[in-house]
Amino acid sequence: MKNKYDVLVIGGGPAGAIAAKTAVEKGLSVCLVEKRPAIGAPVRCAEGLGKEALHEFIDPDPKWISAEMTGASIIAPDGFLMKLESQLAGSKVGYILDRKVFDRELVWKAAEAGADVAVKTRASAPIINNGCIQGAKIESCGKVSKIAADIVIAADGVESKFSRWCGIDTTVPVREIMSSVQYVLADIDIDQHSTVFYLGNEIAPEGYLWVFPKGDRTANVGVGISGKKSGEGHRAKDYLDRFVKKTFPHGKPIEYIAGGVSVCRPLECTVADGLIIAGDAARVVDPLTGGGIYNGMYTGRLAAEVAAECIETGDVSRTALMKYDKTWRTSKMGKALVRNYHIKEYLIRQPDAKLNEIIHSVSKLNLRDFTTLSLIKEIIRVNPKLMLELGTLAASIR
Amino acid sequence: MLKVHRDICGYCGCCVSVCPEGALELIDAYLCVEKSCTVCGICAKVCPLGALEVAHEK
Repeated sequence: MKNKYDVLVIGGGPAGAIAAKTAVEKGLSVCLVEKRPAIGAPVRCAEGLGKEALHEFIDPDPKWISAEMTGASIIAPDGFLMKLESQLAGSKVGYILDRKVFDRELVWKAAEAGADVAVKTRASAPIINNGCIQGAKIESCGKVSKIAADIVIAADGVESKFSRWCGIDTTVPVREIMSSVQYVLADIDIDQHSTVFYLGNEIAPEGYLWVFPKGDRTANVGVGISGKKSGEGHRAKDYLDRFVKKTFPHGKPIEYIAGGVSVCRPLECTVADGLIIAGDAARVVDPLTGGGIYNGMYTGRLAAEVAAECIETGDVSRTALMKYDKTWRTSKMGKALVRNYHIKEYLIRQPDAKLNEIIHSVSKLNLRDFTTLSLIKEIIRVNPKLMLELGTLAASIR
Repeated sequence: MLKVHRDICGYCGCCVSVCPEGALELIDAYLCVEKSCTVCGICAKVCPLGALEVAHEK
């Protein structure tokens, strides 16, 4: 590890790894620091990712694909099942990853390209000169040092602190944190090629419960509930344990995972002088699905591209870096975040009876492309009066 | 004061993200509570496992 790089990346998840790899490919010197002793562990994720989303960044490799999905089911509060399939029956629509191996692969690719990587190494404070972030104080296995950098990319995840130390308020509102728990449950009867989503106030208030297959007779079984609904005796773990006891009484937990997923609006501004914030740290998780892998990789790549341009021109000011903020906000991803935020806000206000009504309207949907947008479009098509209830939002869904 | 039940904590960082004071920090598997904690209890409410407790001093 040197004491000066063009770019310092904080966090070794998908956002940080893609940022580091892209920055190196753009000719920059890069150091990536990960505070945990192992890349990819502990997992904080249900591990689902759409086919197209993955292919945009990396070709699938059986090493880190746990299972291939051909469809999904949504289960209404009253138990009614809506089946979602691709128009091409049986064709692959998405993957359940093995994040421990996947994250490691992405960081390895960054390292292979030429990035320096340090684990059990954390950024504990920014170096700020005249209001400009110019690197970080680094603590590694008890040793304290400083790394100077023209640009710092903060990809430090949901528990992000770096941007906060730089004066940016990253607090997630209580009602917009999904308080989550998951078991990797073995020896259970599941359809190993279909994800299942359970909705309802009894099962997951303002969130959902998921069964994401990890292969034959094994799945990520987890639940996320709104922080607002969480409390002693009714925490995410209470909801999950109740479900597992009833649905998979003989399942054997082989991993126990907790987590927080932000479903708030993104940060008001995701850059500062010398700083770019990417991935979960920028609060760019999809507020409807809670999915953050693609958005992390997308913002990580963009952060590095803009960093390279700005370093080239010698201007790393907030004004120059705003290109990053502006680009993602006007991208397909940025627009989906706005749209899905509104849909989430609509859905969490609906009583179970209304959710039942919506899901009952159709027992099987064949989607042309397997995305949340086409699902929503289809649901509106069979429930035309939803158009009125959604009001101004409806226009963005056409 | 805020009590961390380390035997229950899943060191997931959910609490860190909601702390309005930025008083919590997750260092690997160890949750640190800094002096700026106002014992507001938000973290204890959202913890998915129930690892945080607002302990009233006697």
